[in-house]
Amino acid sequence: MKTLGDVWTWLGTGTNWAGENGIWHRLTEHLLLTVGCLIAACLIALPVAVTLGHLGRGGALAVNLANVGRAVPTFAVLVLLLLTPLGRHGDWPTFIALVLFALPPLLTNAYVGMREVDRDVVEAARGMGMSGGQLVRRVEVPLALPLMLTGVRIAAVQLVATATLAALVGGGGLGRIITAGFNLASTPQVVAGAVIVAVFALLMEVLFEVVQRLGPGWARGRTR
Amino acid sequence: MTAPPDDCLARNDWICGDYLATRRHILLDATLQHLHLTVVSVLLGLVVALPLALIASRWRWTAGPVLGVTTVLYTIPSLAMFSLLLPLYGLSSTLVVVGLALYSLTLLVRNILAGLAGVPEEAKEAARGMGYGPLRQLLAVELPLAVPAAMAGLRIAAVSAVALTTIGAIVGHGGLGNLIYAGMNSFFKAQVLTASVLCVVIAVAFDLLLLGLERLLTPWRRA
Repeated sequence: MKTLGDVWTWLGTGTNWAGENGIWHRLTEHLLLTVGCLIAACLIALPVAVTLGHLGRGGALAVNLANVGRAVPTFAVLVLLLLTPLGRHGDWPTFIALVLFALPPLLTNAYVGMREVDRDVVEAARGMGMSGGQLVRRVEVPLALPLMLTGVRIAAVQLVATATLAALVGGGGLGRIITAGFNLASTPQVVAGAVIVAVFALLMEVLFEVVQRLGPGWARGRTR
Repeated sequence: MTAPPDDCLARNDWICGDYLATRRHILLDATLQHLHLTVVSVLLGLVVALPLALIASRWRWTAGPVLGVTTVLYTIPSLAMFSLLLPLYGLSSTLVVVGLALYSLTLLVRNILAGLAGVPEEAKEAARGMGYGPLRQLLAVELPLAVPAAMAGLRIAAVSAVALTTIGAIVGHGGLGNLIYAGMNSFFKAQVLTASVLCVVIAVAFDLLLLGLERLLTPWRRA
């Protein structure tokens, strides 16, 4: 109980929120890193998944990638990249590692979404004389959107989590509050940082939940 | 003045036989610690998850809250999870074990529940018709039929736990993660790569082991 009080005091202290090591700055860093990596990962993964899904190829790859992503520790990849020549270029190792780990959920979900489009609908569209490109843009992608969005949601929540690990390799973000707390042997700061990180991750999850529930029909998908 | 030795350790190569030869004991200790942390945490998760899943499947209204709480736990980033447990367990291996167990809980509860829900109604009716009581029906019919789904969850939980254990290095109990952490601070390439590869090897080994176990437990599926 005493710790909880100390954590509350730490969070209530104005100086802990301001400045380069302050919560606001770390929060901004965290948000920028998460959003930047999410956009980059989407730009890489979604076109690949849409193409593979349209052609019906590479399914085994898309599914197995998720298993590989789980077995490789994020921390290990962060450190490995840091020790390569890339490590001398600021935040690039972190950025690359985070994007790599965001790819599997995006690829898998978008691919499955493309493949689950009703074959009869695809045949009907072809019968209407649609070209491959039209089929992708007007039929397959719109119908695959709900699952794609699920992939984006998983990737986003996971990115919030992996972005905290950037602090372990000297990067910024909210994880820095935790690692600084460990270095100072300050349990209140460690717990306060953890609370902020956890709340941030949960908010991201809730945000997507709201978008998927209240969003337009295409985001929700048809109820089967 | 003697010339510096020109071996792979001095050159700081990524792959280094001398490293394996001279640091064998350190690697073995770290691997054993890693295995210990992973196995204990997943078993702990399983021991807690099984009754939770049974309760949630028996009394439907509990399913929502149980799944909700475990999902929230799963959303908390690993570094934050270990940090939140710090006031309770201090810098100990218990902290890492409890944190990892909480993660595996979500996957296990969800999959066991899905497995139990997927038991065909005919199988249950047949069991009742043969005069099975509720307990015998659960142990002899429902749980065995839920094994494939449960094992799928267990495999994901075990593989994830192996990877997440490395984060335990933040409290000094991360198995091979400790070597990665130390290797990062001293720019020791061979140590970081060797420990990372060992992590993946352990994860794959667990996955295959559990796949084998699943086949042993479900002989009727091989036909």
